[in-house]
Amino acid sequence: MMSLRPDQEIICEWIARDSRVLDMGCGKGELLAHLKESRAVSGYGIELNPDNVLSCIQAGVNVIQVDINAGLSVFEDGSFDHVIVSQALQALRRPDLVLDEMLRVGKQGIVTFPNFGFWKNRLQLGVGGIMPVSRTLPNPWYDTHNIHLCTFKDFEGLCKEKGIRIISRAVVDYQHRSSLPMRLLPNLFGEVALYQFERE
Amino acid sequence: MQFDEELALECGRTLSTYQVAYETYGELNAQRDNAILICHALSGDHHAAGYHSEGDKKPGWWDSCIGPGKPIDTDRFFVVSLNNLGGCKGSTGPTSLNPESGKEYGPDFPLMTVKDWVNSQSRLADRLGIKQWAAVVGGSLGGMQALQWAISLPDRLRYAVVIASAPKLSAQNIAFNEVARQSIISDPDFHEGHFYEQKVIPKRGLMLARMLGHITYLSDDAMREKFGRMMKQDKLSYDFAAEFEVESYLRYQGESFVGHFDANTYLLMTKALDYFDPAREFGGSLARAVEKIDVSFFVASFTSDWRFAPERSREIVRALTDADRNVSYVEVEADQGHDAFLIPIPTYMKAFSAYMGNIQTGVGS
Repeated sequence: MMSLRPDQEIICEWIARDSRVLDMGCGKGELLAHLKESRAVSGYGIELNPDNVLSCIQAGVNVIQVDINAGLSVFEDGSFDHVIVSQALQALRRPDLVLDEMLRVGKQGIVTFPNFGFWKNRLQLGVGGIMPVSRTLPNPWYDTHNIHLCTFKDFEGLCKEKGIRIISRAVVDYQHRSSLPMRLLPNLFGEVALYQFERE
Repeated sequence: MQFDEELALECGRTLSTYQVAYETYGELNAQRDNAILICHALSGDHHAAGYHSEGDKKPGWWDSCIGPGKPIDTDRFFVVSLNNLGGCKGSTGPTSLNPESGKEYGPDFPLMTVKDWVNSQSRLADRLGIKQWAAVVGGSLGGMQALQWAISLPDRLRYAVVIASAPKLSAQNIAFNEVARQSIISDPDFHEGHFYEQKVIPKRGLMLARMLGHITYLSDDAMREKFGRMMKQDKLSYDFAAEFEVESYLRYQGESFVGHFDANTYLLMTKALDYFDPAREFGGSLARAVEKIDVSFFVASFTSDWRFAPERSREIVRALTDADRNVSYVEVEADQGHDAFLIPIPTYMKAFSAYMGNIQTGVGS
């Protein structure tokens, strides 16, 4: 079986057995393959990259090759229990509209993204005066898919504006460990955020 | 293969006796669970792969995908390909003799539907000793047959492969078919379909129909790349001769088609396309049509296909996901238009091969 990223392991804990899952930007289908085996979920991955699509097919994962940015018109309202966007929200053209789509086709949304407000990022930008390059943001500004970076505060602000209720939040470092400073000052010390949310 | 059991058709008529021409590639295994049915499109036939003789200029119509090491790997699968009823390549159709009159059926041959074809194909499966297909596979009109199989006889297949297809025709699709039909029907040599007795064929009409069809099989980009505005001569001739390369290509395609395809069959095939709408029996809901079937789907479309555009394949995918069925969908970046499904485009071949590779064989009871 393919190994999971640490954030995917946390996501797994939020997924109910036998539920229906949509994994948007599913990569090579590792998470879905794991969930299928460990939690008997059914569902689909969405992926645009042909090499990743091929890996999903090889792994026996149901994969739908469509562009998330173009919307989820291929899915009916309320089709899923969980809709996941892991480490991709910041790379989408309109993350706000994707959140709407997630909660149209699913009951619950799950997103993970790197925290732009992490103290090291702040240090690089605030003191160094340069766009941060870090473990969770490894690419330089001119060569990155991350076009909509945000902080935890930004994301929570957007949720509030949209009437989205946050069910749970996990704040971890790049190895997805949690610590006391992270729990006390997440927006400063958290590197990666995982949110589970639903319509209010 | 000769069939003498009466076949009841959707139009209300019956065929009391009929022939089905078919070819097979590869070997049926002991478990009889590695059989794949290939369904052809509008002008296809049972000769899907390989060469019949050394003198053949071209292999079967889907040789790109069927053969050893190809997506439909004949080292693993037993492949059955047939000519559909109403065809003109060996199965009973308008050019066959009507046992009641002793003359060619011509326009009296009953109009066939995709469902009728599925029924006749299931009889072929019975005779070949195939209880359940590993997969039913087709592109375009062939993909519609694969979809209909899954809906009508879901216990008799495990996988359905639907490529460059649609859940039903659009008004524009029907409009193109209608122009094709009118061009045939209005040809003075058509004689209301009884042209065999007159020892003529509605050449111009059939040629026009094929030329029109070809335009819809290619994309604007593919035509631009293939022909652009290339001329046969340097100077304009100021008449209606074929001056542009694209004109002479279409004329050549039309003319060569006339020599080996029957006009009544062409009419019948376009009608089968127009009538296809498996959701109709389910209150217009394709999701309901597929909600209880235990068949996994592979759906593929091509970005530049405007005859059955990706959006049409996504309609099939939407119904399957709504019904929580297993489906994988690939949208292949290709500029060849509808014809792309016949072309060995690497991303398409890889995905198709990978999907077929997951189909287990040799495990049936």
